[in-house]
Amino acid sequence: MLEKLIKEYSKKGKFNDYFGDLDIPEKKIESNIPENLLRKDFEFIEVSEIEVIRHFIRLSALNYHLDKGIYPLGSCTMKHNPKVNEEVSSYEGFLYLHPLQKEEDIQGALKLMYELSQFLKEISGMDYVSLQPPAGASGELTAMLVIKKYFIDKKEDRKIVLIPDSAHGTNPASVAMAGFIAQTIKSNSEGMIDLEDLKKNLNEKVACLMITNPNTLGIFERNIKGIAEELHKYGALLYLDGANLNAYCGIHKPGDAGVDIMHFNLHKTFSTPHGGGGPGAGPVGAKNFLVPYLPNPKIEKNGERYYFKYDKESIGKTASFYGNFNVFVKAYTYIRMHGIKGLKKMSQIAVLNASYLRKRLEELGFYCEYKTPTLHEFVLTLKDFKKVDVKALDIAKRLLDYHCHAPTVYFPLIVPEAFMIEPTETEPKEELERFVSAMKRIKEEIKENPEIVKNAPHNTPVRRLDEGKAGRELVVKWG
Amino acid sequence: MSLVLDNLYYTKTHEWIKVEGDIGIIGITDFAQKELQDIVYFGIDEGIIGKNLTAGEKFGYVEAVKTAADLYLPISGEVIEINKELINNPVIANQDPYGKGWILKIKIKDKEELKNLLNSEDYKKHIGE
Repeated sequence: MLEKLIKEYSKKGKFNDYFGDLDIPEKKIESNIPENLLRKDFEFIEVSEIEVIRHFIRLSALNYHLDKGIYPLGSCTMKHNPKVNEEVSSYEGFLYLHPLQKEEDIQGALKLMYELSQFLKEISGMDYVSLQPPAGASGELTAMLVIKKYFIDKKEDRKIVLIPDSAHGTNPASVAMAGFIAQTIKSNSEGMIDLEDLKKNLNEKVACLMITNPNTLGIFERNIKGIAEELHKYGALLYLDGANLNAYCGIHKPGDAGVDIMHFNLHKTFSTPHGGGGPGAGPVGAKNFLVPYLPNPKIEKNGERYYFKYDKESIGKTASFYGNFNVFVKAYTYIRMHGIKGLKKMSQIAVLNASYLRKRLEELGFYCEYKTPTLHEFVLTLKDFKKVDVKALDIAKRLLDYHCHAPTVYFPLIVPEAFMIEPTETEPKEELERFVSAMKRIKEEIKENPEIVKNAPHNTPVRRLDEGKAGRELVVKWG
Repeated sequence: MSLVLDNLYYTKTHEWIKVEGDIGIIGITDFAQKELQDIVYFGIDEGIIGKNLTAGEKFGYVEAVKTAADLYLPISGEVIEINKELINNPVIANQDPYGKGWILKIKIKDKEELKNLLNSEDYKKHIGE
């Protein structure tokens, strides 16, 4: 074991060594609690301060994270989170807010939320943005529920949601959760939505198409306006998965291209820490005709006063209180620090970095399944190495030995042995080159000694984990 | 190279069927199990036993470490048995896809439908081997 669980350092009375003797009479806390409410089987973890510090420092040193090096996990936008975000979000005024405080006592917080929502409106070309959904997939589900309610009110029976075969897996899951039926649309040879297949599947039963733009291949759906027009002809809507907003901030407004409703990932595009399940924020923006259906409460402004507004058409709440407020503060700070010109440059550099990396890897003989130019990310196919029985997974594991986080593997599903790379704008050229060198070296190793790649990783705190066993014999409780 | 047996019929979606009298035994191919890698779970509802299903119909799904995939019936008929051993220990589809790793048995409705399936040569071509 590299590091024990904190529970294993625990010993009764240990934490007390920090304090002196009590100078008042001691009364056991248990004596104030009714007998039937006392838990006999519960043990508090008792460790000294230095043990706590060392435990977590040791864990953080074992971990690989963005503060150590490149993290090109495609579709996740693992950019550097500026430290100023942390500074601002720990201002006392934000830190000690309580969600049950009255409207008039939290005007500053409401102002921040209102302004953040205005920024997102400007960036996206939507008419109103609800900040409430606490994650990307929650934003998708919120949007699907909004669309469902809209068609119920219009008395239209629409059960089908179209989803391209390159979509994030959360898309069909959100669709199913909202009670729709997901239907797949094929990609064409350029890696974009096949318009003919779309037309074939379009009818009055279709509620919407869920599009990701640029899609998960990093390719911009050039036909987006035409796609929107086709859908609207049948009274169907266009939903945009905003996961890849990092590619076009300040350059392209989805609202202008005919998108009716979309979600944002504040934790990706606007740099708030994520991974390991959150916290995130997945605001949903919509055009006017859908706005009443967005979650309650909405934050509105009357003169200089901010207030909560409740619409009776609303789908209700999609998170406790108002969403993950702390994430709003960080995203707000990030947007204010950049300004609109800075955000445009952010996207430009994100695309430049990814394009540079793609080109450099292509020079080494790696290639993408689709030749179409890509924006902020690209997907290599590593299928050629299967001839020598080396899989994308093996190469991903070997990258860990070279102190690089692995890209996303085996996604999107339409690319065999997919290797999905998104460096983000915050990686310096030197770090991109370090990644290129690692890939070059691995390619040589596959030729010289493939076993070293197949058995990777060798230099990490733990060797290759048996993910299959973990799935088959799931144990979620320690001890 | 993946193992492709001569005495079986195949689907483009990588299921195989072995015919014994009017009973069909169905599983996933060696190519499929290699592509999926480590198999974690077979999602097959016991309620399908005794049901008449049609060729091409989805009868369940398989979940692996790498991805999840739907399972499609190669031929029409009545489902008569599900391989309980496989449900309890899905990894046997990795270890022995054409033997112990069979998924279900079906009472074939119409043997003419076998003509719509691939033989071993066609299937080899389909997977590019």
